Amino acid sequence: MSREILLGDEAVGLGAIHSGLSGVYAYPGTPSTEIFEFVERATKHMGGVHAFWSTNEKVAYEEALGMSWAGKRALVCMKHVGLNVAADAFMNSAVTGTNGGLVLAVADDPGMHSSQNEQDSRYFAQFALIPCLEPRNQQECYDMMFEAFDMSEELSLPVMVRLVTRIAHSRAGVETRAARDPNPLNPSRDIKKWTLLPSNARVQYKHLTEKQPELLRRSEASRFNELVLAGKRGVITCGIADNYYRENLAGGDDSVLAIRQYPVPVESIRRLVEHVEELLVLEDGYPLVETMIRGLFGLAGVRVAGRMTGELPRTGELDPDIVREALGLAPRPTAHAAADDLANRPPALCKGCPHTDSFRALNEALSSFDNPQVFSDIGCYTLAALPPLEAIHSCVAMGASIGMAAGAAHAGYTPAVAAIGDSTFSHGGITPLLSAVQQGVNLNVLVLDNDTVGMTGTQRSMSTGETLDQIILGAGVAREHLRVITPTPRNHDANVAVIREELAYDGPSVIIARRSCLEAIKKA
Amino acid sequence: MDKNIILAGVGGQGILSIAFVIDNAALASGFEFKQAEVHGMAQRGGAVQSHLRYADHEIHSDLIPKGAADLVLSVEPLEVMRYWHYLRPDGWIVSSVTPYVNIPDYPEPERVLAQLATFPSCILVDGAQIAKAAGNLRAQNMVAVGAASLRLDFPEELLLTYVAALFERKGPAIVEVNQQAFRLGRIAGRFFRGLVEAGVPVPTAVELGRRLAPETLDPALAADWARVVADPELAAPILQSEEIRACDQVPVGA
Repeated sequence: MSREILLGDEAVGLGAIHSGLSGVYAYPGTPSTEIFEFVERATKHMGGVHAFWSTNEKVAYEEALGMSWAGKRALVCMKHVGLNVAADAFMNSAVTGTNGGLVLAVADDPGMHSSQNEQDSRYFAQFALIPCLEPRNQQECYDMMFEAFDMSEELSLPVMVRLVTRIAHSRAGVETRAARDPNPLNPSRDIKKWTLLPSNARVQYKHLTEKQPELLRRSEASRFNELVLAGKRGVITCGIADNYYRENLAGGDDSVLAIRQYPVPVESIRRLVEHVEELLVLEDGYPLVETMIRGLFGLAGVRVAGRMTGELPRTGELDPDIVREALGLAPRPTAHAAADDLANRPPALCKGCPHTDSFRALNEALSSFDNPQVFSDIGCYTLAALPPLEAIHSCVAMGASIGMAAGAAHAGYTPAVAAIGDSTFSHGGITPLLSAVQQGVNLNVLVLDNDTVGMTGTQRSMSTGETLDQIILGAGVAREHLRVITPTPRNHDANVAVIREELAYDGPSVIIARRSCLEAIKKA
Repeated sequence: MDKNIILAGVGGQGILSIAFVIDNAALASGFEFKQAEVHGMAQRGGAVQSHLRYADHEIHSDLIPKGAADLVLSVEPLEVMRYWHYLRPDGWIVSSVTPYVNIPDYPEPERVLAQLATFPSCILVDGAQIAKAAGNLRAQNMVAVGAASLRLDFPEELLLTYVAALFERKGPAIVEVNQQAFRLGRIAGRFFRGLVEAGVPVPTAVELGRRLAPETLDPALAADWARVVADPELAAPILQSEEIRACDQVPVGA
């Protein structure tokens, strides 16, 4: 047994390795990226664990499901919005069930530190009717992986481990234990289970619903769901919220139910509710447990307080101070009031970044249009929305730039311009481009090919260089309307001219702005 | 015993390297610790912080509550002000006074310094100057952790071990530069406190620190320097000159 310094993400990765992992699957996304990176780094020399970035979360999930089908243990990791991409495979994998253990580690981002929304993945676990574990510290990140893999194999279900940013990106010392051997190859031959024709799917779905009492029984008995009955104020803490409660009121007189395994332990909640006069629910994310307990019409005799009643803010990340206020405690005295007029220091594109040159050229090429709008996407280049460039005007979902530009073009908007990075293009841009080309839509796609996934720390991009060119030509873009420029200050005028030519063309065109990310060059 | 530290700076300044050194020292000393950090978009030149806590008992929250921080340790002076409301009333500030200006509305550096100087419990050192003296401008983070080491609960040698571990991959020359930055930062911090405790106003102590060559500072002579700068006639040529060597300038009779 040894003690290692690990991020929550890394503890999940190491827990999976020590649980007998055979494959890790992921697409980079803050705050989940470091799970995959840790497993890749830790297993590179010993081999035995397949670790290669996937093109997107759906692909990652399906690869992990295939590994499970073959009888081996697979970990698939993503950020919360990545699970939207993987949702088709995810939902149906609960219906098929699994063979080798399949664990989905999904990292939510309450407060949207690096995300487009703060959706709560516990709803997805509930939706799919699968168990969910929610660690409150790095040690549990590690320990819960053993439980999750075992549970997955015992129940023949995928199991979700839900993280939030503050645990994913926080380090602590973690005690590790002996590693379990990986499973042998043992493919499933249970054709009806895996072939979700309606006649099979109905049977499988019934199986899934019949497993639910066992899931509940496990939650009630789980060491991760702890009920202590004491005073007449009840507090329910979910996952990391328990830390914020204990930071303020360790050893207090409240009756407390700490929940870290779902489905929610109904009997424990009933006992708590019957014991207390008021109930405060603390959860970092959506008010899932709070609204379940309150129901549509409230709970007779017990006021249920939380995010929906104003004790806690409806949106955003919890922290010890927010929880302190909800518990009715006065703020701690501080050395200084918060500085309220301090100059902000927002993130910005790096000095010398190729995206800066690309967007300067695009801005100038579009300057002859009246207030032109550029659809864009998710990556470092989203920072071009901010001054001084102010070059892009949308960022919605991976690959959405191309689909939205096409829709705007259908409506008669011109020039319909989409700006998307090379990795985002492989993730979600290929299919909307194919669709636009088949429809002959008049749109211009600017692919910012910097040869890496920049924002999340320069991971390998799937469609860059020659591969990118071939994909675009393969989607049917005419060779003469696939233009490649090198975004540098020196090439500015020439690049503006190329973009102008393509803006004038009535049909689908793609301009690739190709120059490597400086961060990636530095690391290489 | 517990210690709550907010590490602050700008993306790219090496906040997480400071965290690495303290995390490992805490683990080696048998403490519990938690250290929450910022990854992703904010690392692109934005304001970054890390909450670092260690204690001889269980730590619950990864985040430090407002009013519970013992120390704001910053590689950049403006960034101190972003987090000083986390400090407990008797909390400390340890910061480099070298501004990192990458925004158009960066306030007058002298105004920032004047604000920091209102804290009686502060250690302010010139990170850029000291890092340069140690051999590499990029070592400003190690200067800051060196200066802060006076407020930590670890022997200097233990911290230096992890400075070495941090830069081991980059070769012995880089290790030595960073260890030297740490040592000079620690000495500059002690010298600064010596001046302040001998009655030198904080802005004057900062200014004197800037004038003196970092590798020549001697904390044992801080009280003598305090007497020198208290005398306007003696002080004027020193506080207005370019960099001077402390050992050449030790006042007569010191």
